[in-house]
Amino acid sequence: MTGEGSVGKPIPPEDTVRKVTGTALYTYDWDLPGTLHAKLVTSTVPHARVVSINLDRAKAVPGVVAVLTGKDMPFRVGMYAGDRDLLAVEKVRWAGHPVALVVAEGPEAAERASELVDVEYESLPAVFDPVRAMGADAPIIHERMEEYKHASVFYPVPGTNMANRFRLVHGDVEKGFEQSDEIIEDEFRISHVSHGYLETQNVVAQAFRDGTFEIWTSAQSPFIVRQIVSEALKVPYNRVTIRVPFVGGGFGGKAGLQWEALVALASKAVGYRPVKLVLSRKENFASSASREGVVANVKAGFTRDGKCVAYKVRFVLDAGAYADYTVNVSRAMGYSAEGVYEVPNVHCESLAVYTNKIPTTAMRGFGYAESNWVLEQVFERAAKKLGMDSAKIRRVNLLRPGESHTATGEKVREDVGDPRKVLQTVLEAIDWEGKAEPASQPWKVRARGFALCVKGPSQPPNASSSAIVKFNEDSTIDLVLGTGNFGQGTTTAISQIVADQFGVPVERVRVDPTRDTGKSAYTWQTVGSRGLFTDGVAAMRACDDAKDQILDLASQVMRLPKSELEVADDAVKAKGRPWLTIPLRDLVFGYVYPNGNTVGGPVIGRGHFTSSLNTFLDPQTGQGVPTIFHTFGGTAVDIELDLVTGAIEVLKAVQVFDVGKAINPLLLKMQLDGGFIMGMSIALFEKIKFDEQGWVTNPNFTSYYIARMKDVPKDFEARYVETPQFDGPMGARGIGEMSMISVASAISNAVFRTVGVKLNNLPMNPEEVWRAISEQKPELLAKAMESFGRIEAAVKARQ
Amino acid sequence: MREITVRVNGRLSRRTIKDNELLLDFLRDRLEVRSVKAACWRGECGLCTVKLDSHLVKSCLVLAVEADGKEVKTVEGISPEGELSPIQKAFVSHGAAQCGFCTPAWVLATHELLQEKPHPTQADLVEATSGLVCRCGTYNQIREAVAEVSGTTARPRHMKESLARA
Repeated sequence: MTGEGSVGKPIPPEDTVRKVTGTALYTYDWDLPGTLHAKLVTSTVPHARVVSINLDRAKAVPGVVAVLTGKDMPFRVGMYAGDRDLLAVEKVRWAGHPVALVVAEGPEAAERASELVDVEYESLPAVFDPVRAMGADAPIIHERMEEYKHASVFYPVPGTNMANRFRLVHGDVEKGFEQSDEIIEDEFRISHVSHGYLETQNVVAQAFRDGTFEIWTSAQSPFIVRQIVSEALKVPYNRVTIRVPFVGGGFGGKAGLQWEALVALASKAVGYRPVKLVLSRKENFASSASREGVVANVKAGFTRDGKCVAYKVRFVLDAGAYADYTVNVSRAMGYSAEGVYEVPNVHCESLAVYTNKIPTTAMRGFGYAESNWVLEQVFERAAKKLGMDSAKIRRVNLLRPGESHTATGEKVREDVGDPRKVLQTVLEAIDWEGKAEPASQPWKVRARGFALCVKGPSQPPNASSSAIVKFNEDSTIDLVLGTGNFGQGTTTAISQIVADQFGVPVERVRVDPTRDTGKSAYTWQTVGSRGLFTDGVAAMRACDDAKDQILDLASQVMRLPKSELEVADDAVKAKGRPWLTIPLRDLVFGYVYPNGNTVGGPVIGRGHFTSSLNTFLDPQTGQGVPTIFHTFGGTAVDIELDLVTGAIEVLKAVQVFDVGKAINPLLLKMQLDGGFIMGMSIALFEKIKFDEQGWVTNPNFTSYYIARMKDVPKDFEARYVETPQFDGPMGARGIGEMSMISVASAISNAVFRTVGVKLNNLPMNPEEVWRAISEQKPELLAKAMESFGRIEAAVKARQ
Repeated sequence: MREITVRVNGRLSRRTIKDNELLLDFLRDRLEVRSVKAACWRGECGLCTVKLDSHLVKSCLVLAVEADGKEVKTVEGISPEGELSPIQKAFVSHGAAQCGFCTPAWVLATHELLQEKPHPTQADLVEATSGLVCRCGTYNQIREAVAEVSGTTARPRHMKESLARA
């Protein structure tokens, strides 16, 4: 294929055939010869000193090879907060905290023995509410916080339960309130959410006598896993190989610390045999990390003409017992507080607070999704208070590319996207000016609403990516990337970009599905929708490097200056003289002259990407450049609200994003629809419930409900805007996480705009919505009940 | 311990199993049929769905002994050789798989639905797949794939109609 290339075409992901035939293998499917099975023993109390652990009964179980406890690994690990233990050392911090690991010849023996580990606890006072945990009288969960190896951009407060205190100050918020005509003030809450990746966390690890480790794991970011394991085990990075086959979902929950270091140590303890740990769904809920809960208090001031002149918000994150990644979530929540708007006076505090509940970690859209839930509802309420259209108030406040600055003081470049066009497209797609459809029943209400969003990848300024383009003997290309592929299709999109650099069909380019830290190109992490951008740019530079080598050789062979040659259409061509051409095939493995003399050799191009724009944020004001790009977007919904039951049904979903360049419209659509469905599921159904001891009471998919086929809107409408990003790959920006950020806000805005009921708490399940209606609009509920009763009576009468 | 004989994807297998062994573990561990996944081990996610004689069952809720003398079909049995089946092809072209962990179960369930009802309604699809979950949210793409194979006129809008450049 030549000419128009493959970028822009809806090419299905190359690995789907393996998935539909059941031949894609995941860590869960991985067994090494002689594998032993491990099982966690977890704490039964939320906060206690571990007095003693008696292993006699457990070790007596036939088949048990070893039982490890925190004494075998008395160190802390982690990525950002550095607060984690692998197994409880000295004390347990939540009900579900792993205290021991049993390793046995089979899963049954491991399970039986795990029930026979006798732990004696001395209970300590516990705290479950994050706001209470900030109180002076709250029990301290991490007494030695000052010893933790925090990354330098976080601000823990030793002696308290605050794992990170992020502050953003822009202008003078009190002065802003003085200028305001209307004030919106409220409290919002967000429940804990499970990532719900279907392949539970699982690891196979083997230690070797030469001091090396090989680990198979269901992880998003093999290189971060290697870093954590190497640092924990005190071995050089190249002695640890992390292998990641197909991954059954991640959504942020497999981005940081999991169980790799623990299982690697277990393998060493059992005489270097391979050990496998597979979490049950219950363990995944109760003993692993989920998305944090949030309590947000906001006060916003608007002038009569709709301008937001003051925005003050405090986010308190219920980070649970460990906040290794959540400190970064609190940071992102803080600096994203202003969303797509330019507000002159902002004061934001975002606190990650320890409680005696499950640990928390990153999840798709982290920080941004939570701050959006507050901000977009504040704007909707201000619109109503000011008697202004929802769209107009947004137009008044939208960031203006080329002119505005974000809340962190970053100048919004002209090429970063077009929020105005996004808004306009959202309105058109949902027929904002048009008349609302009638509801299907008299006790139901049809409602339309929307919300806008913006997000960039949250990463340290020095986070980098690399890529290798290797030509093979037949001129096919092995594209070596580090970025993970668990459904986003990033590797397909980058393959398309690479194919077009040489003018070859996309089938000529292949990315091996397995990541291997010894063989893959380095990339910091597969998170934050960064892969297409960062690894895509790295791949384009690798192509440039390869082309340079090819042109050097061609120049020699064709006896023409390099400047007169170009790579196009699977060949090297002399510019303006198309008859002077050599196919790539004759160059990429060296050029062979008719007499057998050969010049050149296998072409291997390499490239990297590190943002030169990112900075640390000022510790007092949060000013700086935290992300490498911004993707602007918006969601609109057409819903039907059942006033009698409080149930919300989404009938139509609209997603609009400025993606810079749609590299692959099929992959884009998959992310926009999938992101909507996940966002809707979290918005309407999902909540991890805790009892008074912090136990998760719904650690399963019956009582923790995830959207199914029946819940999916009948109609999906997706539009994309293409404002090319100067420094993006072919102008593109990331989209994977962005697609779920504004879904919940769009739904609540539809309800508020139409019936005036404020829904402050996620999820908006029928119980929550019904309570809000009955408290705020009892007359509406009474009327609905009456019409429902009338119909019911009529039905009964007919019977 | 006891011996059972099961025909799996056309191949007869005789194995000694534990009395309390799950069909799921029998298939995965003894016969190494690794397309059969599990995510909840209690009948909620549907990833371990297989066809046992004429019915789809969740193999984490079935004892291996119950399959004695019966026939089991998994996704490997849909297109054992050569070309992919129509629903497999449609899954590929519509992008109906993301992480892919649940995909074998969805392919099997929709394949069987189409065998039984070549022109399923939306309600048929919802009912036939009510036991399955997909966290990546590929439902709309699965719906499109099923609609394409069944050739139903009441199909959801294809990507080409529902995605546009603004």
